[in-house]
Amino acid sequence: MIDGKAWDWETGQKKIPMSDWRGRFGWVEEPYVSLDGEKVAAIVNTGEEAFNVCVNGDTWERDFDKIWHLRFLPDGCLTALVSDLGEWTVAVDGSPWQNMFGYVWNPLYSRNNGHMAVAVQQDMRYCMALDGKAWNETYANITYFALSGCGTKTAGAVQVVDADSGEIHKFKQGTFSAALQGKAWDTTFVNVWNLTISPDGEHLAAEVRQSLYDYTIAVDGQTWDRVYTCVWEPVFHPTKHHVVAPVRKGGYWMLAQDGEILWDRPFVQLWHQMFSPDGDRIAAVVAPGYGRWTVAIDGLPWKQSFKDMVTDAVFSPNGKRVGALAKEDRSWYVVLDGVPWSNTFDMAWQPVFSPDGEHVAAKIEKNGKFAVALDDHLGPHICDAAWDPIFSPEGDKILLRFIEDNTYYRRVVPVGEFAR
Amino acid sequence: MTEAAKKETPKGLDQGIEVGASSLTGEKIEGVIKSVLDNETGARLKTYVDTCIHCGLCSEACHYYLSHDNDPRYSPVGKVKQTMWEMLRKKGKVSPEFIKKAAVISHTECNLCKRCAMYCPFGIDIAYIMSVVRRIIHRLGVTPLYIQDTAHSHAVTMNQMWVKGDEWPDTLQWQEEEAQDEIPCLRIPLDKEGADIMYSVIAPEPKFQAQLIYQAAVIMDVAGVNWTMPSGIGWDNSDMAMFTGDNELMGRIKRTHYETASRLKVKRIVMGECGHAFRSVYDMGNRWLGWREPPIPIVHAIDFYYELIKSGKIKIAKKYDQPVTLHDPCNVVRGGGLHEKARYVIRAICEELIEMHPNREHNYCCAAGGGVINCGPPYKMTRVHGNKIKAEQLFAAKAKGAKTLVTPCHNCHSGLEDIVHHYEVGLGLKFISDILYEVMEKP
Ligand code: SF4
Ligand code: SF4
Repeated sequence: MIDGKAWDWETGQKKIPMSDWRGRFGWVEEPYVSLDGEKVAAIVNTGEEAFNVCVNGDTWERDFDKIWHLRFLPDGCLTALVSDLGEWTVAVDGSPWQNMFGYVWNPLYSRNNGHMAVAVQQDMRYCMALDGKAWNETYANITYFALSGCGTKTAGAVQVVDADSGEIHKFKQGTFSAALQGKAWDTTFVNVWNLTISPDGEHLAAEVRQSLYDYTIAVDGQTWDRVYTCVWEPVFHPTKHHVVAPVRKGGYWMLAQDGEILWDRPFVQLWHQMFSPDGDRIAAVVAPGYGRWTVAIDGLPWKQSFKDMVTDAVFSPNGKRVGALAKEDRSWYVVLDGVPWSNTFDMAWQPVFSPDGEHVAAKIEKNGKFAVALDDHLGPHICDAAWDPIFSPEGDKILLRFIEDNTYYRRVVPVGEFAR
Repeated sequence: MTEAAKKETPKGLDQGIEVGASSLTGEKIEGVIKSVLDNETGARLKTYVDTCIHCGLCSEACHYYLSHDNDPRYSPVGKVKQTMWEMLRKKGKVSPEFIKKAAVISHTECNLCKRCAMYCPFGIDIAYIMSVVRRIIHRLGVTPLYIQDTAHSHAVTMNQMWVKGDEWPDTLQWQEEEAQDEIPCLRIPLDKEGADIMYSVIAPEPKFQAQLIYQAAVIMDVAGVNWTMPSGIGWDNSDMAMFTGDNELMGRIKRTHYETASRLKVKRIVMGECGHAFRSVYDMGNRWLGWREPPIPIVHAIDFYYELIKSGKIKIAKKYDQPVTLHDPCNVVRGGGLHEKARYVIRAICEELIEMHPNREHNYCCAAGGGVINCGPPYKMTRVHGNKIKAEQLFAAKAKGAKTLVTPCHNCHSGLEDIVHHYEVGLGLKFISDILYEVMEKP
């Protein structure tokens, strides 16, 4: 949960004009907005191979040769990947990390605070860096990445045995492992995919392939006792040391916990499983039949299913409700506890619950314009760009962040007045 | 693959096949064949096998057969006879030598092009049967070395050419910079959430043919498309695992591709000029995952260029003046029905289109597709000699005046390059985007 207690929930509207930005710079890239809604920023071109960031109309103190992947951290710091004289690093509010690298990419951001990690290449060796500090160990390759929820631990799938391309038999012996904070497991695997770090930052789980055919989950280097014909991403229980992952057996998918089948109902597909915040319930996106998609909670699928896809499932903060997005043909639906809203959209973003779970809002797109919908009502703020709505800690107000006619608006609207 | 590893291996000495077969036992072979046939094939294979009357009408469809003086061993049904029928007849009790031969036949003497299915009175899909043979070969660990290496690349990097995580965005940024010399404000927008289109390519583009990314960026920019490319995995739409029979890996690659697009909240995926990748995203990979249709609409480059030209978003300054002939790639034409749109595009950008014969869905395969070219140098001559008929077809188009051969598919492009070179056909090769980029109006 984002802690918005210190934010301004009183001022009804704040405006930041952006209309002169285009005239001031070579070009202005797509804007980003801070979670608290107080800042709007974009990468701007300031000359040949010269870039800067414009935040609320002011630029950072200095240019860089190149800037990309501009994003705000939850604490309001503005970060980007930047290069100077052929070297790369991260800049936070305009100040580059002290360490420069051969290249940085795949930024990861902590969920609730101000940590940030990147994948690093230096002299053709690979590792990760967190808040400017690179791992002590480097590897021949790094492929999948993870940052713990608390933002203080990083992990990656790393190549620990050198094998040239073409050395297929050596490769099959296992050349990959997983590293937490740079330190690789002793065990190697043919492949390591989709790592996840436990909430306390102490444990690491990943999908592994032990041969070309045997898939399982490894936790801290130890594999589950059973192998499967395929597995998908593992997830840690929020408080207990359990790991759940979808596993494939006999052509169907089931949910397993610590190597034992947890949901024995077979699905054509099962993925994106998640625990409720208290850890008592599990939801997952499932295909109960071929070409039918829905959400299952504790193994039981919603009655209604959808043709194309279901995505962005999420528990309400109190764990009682589940929202998701569904798509049929070109229409997107917001679905709550199995029931779709009557409104359909050209695109929709993950539903956002109020703290008590009573209200649900979502950013949506229709006919090329954006808006926020609340409880199946389309808001009056139809705009050129919008960001996810955020409820106040008491749940009585909703923060809207949007751009219309080259002006950025931060608007706080009481929930009861939203549709007016 | 390194140059050292690329040394020509005499046929029959593929280290993927040889080393794999050296550890096979009769028991293992029988068990795997039984397991695949009992658990993975169902009614489809049985129906095909029971329905075939051995009439041989499919033979005339196959370029290998036609190019080998009608040698029945190269006929579609002949390939089934030498592989699947034996496995069925002997109930899986076949030798490692047999398996080695089956690996060579299924992987290098059939392009899974499905031309023969159109000639069989019962519509028997030999390509499907060959895919089942490849699945057995995969499960036995006897897949040819080069394509197995490609599958390993997919497994590690989610792209087919071992392109590392940093190399991909670095290449895009380099191409963006190059293109800015031509169009100063041009961008290749990375990870732009909410763009209309995600553009995806296959890994040979960043590896060897970065100019294709450059051209695509210019086309997108001039057409005013709201587009993006992912900076992380999911950018490669290709899928050699589909051709090695590693269905689990195929599914993983396709999931990555579609979920990347889903995360970027795009409405469509546009893909470059690749045939097999198209088959993997709209037919094979999506279905293995449980998506009956692509969850996010996927548009092949031919279809996209058609849309851009037809809507006037791209205008042609001066048509390409050399007469061209068009090779219809199996996966986008026989499989995807894009032949008339391809002709619309060619006529819009070229002065003259000289048809090769046969054409459209009846066109001969390039003999590179279906993963055959990915089996590498050891089999180069298998596909070149196995497609003499293609050379004859091209010579005939050349005799009618064609100077340039347009091939809107990567595999076809590389395979036909070898054929044009070996048989000294004397045609220049181009992708549609090479010509489109050259002739379109630019600022
Ligand atoms: S190469 Fe094509 S025509 Fe020949 S057997 Fe294979 S699928 Fe049939
Ligand atoms: S044409 Fe059909 S029935 Fe005849 S041999 Fe070929 S696959 Fe069998």
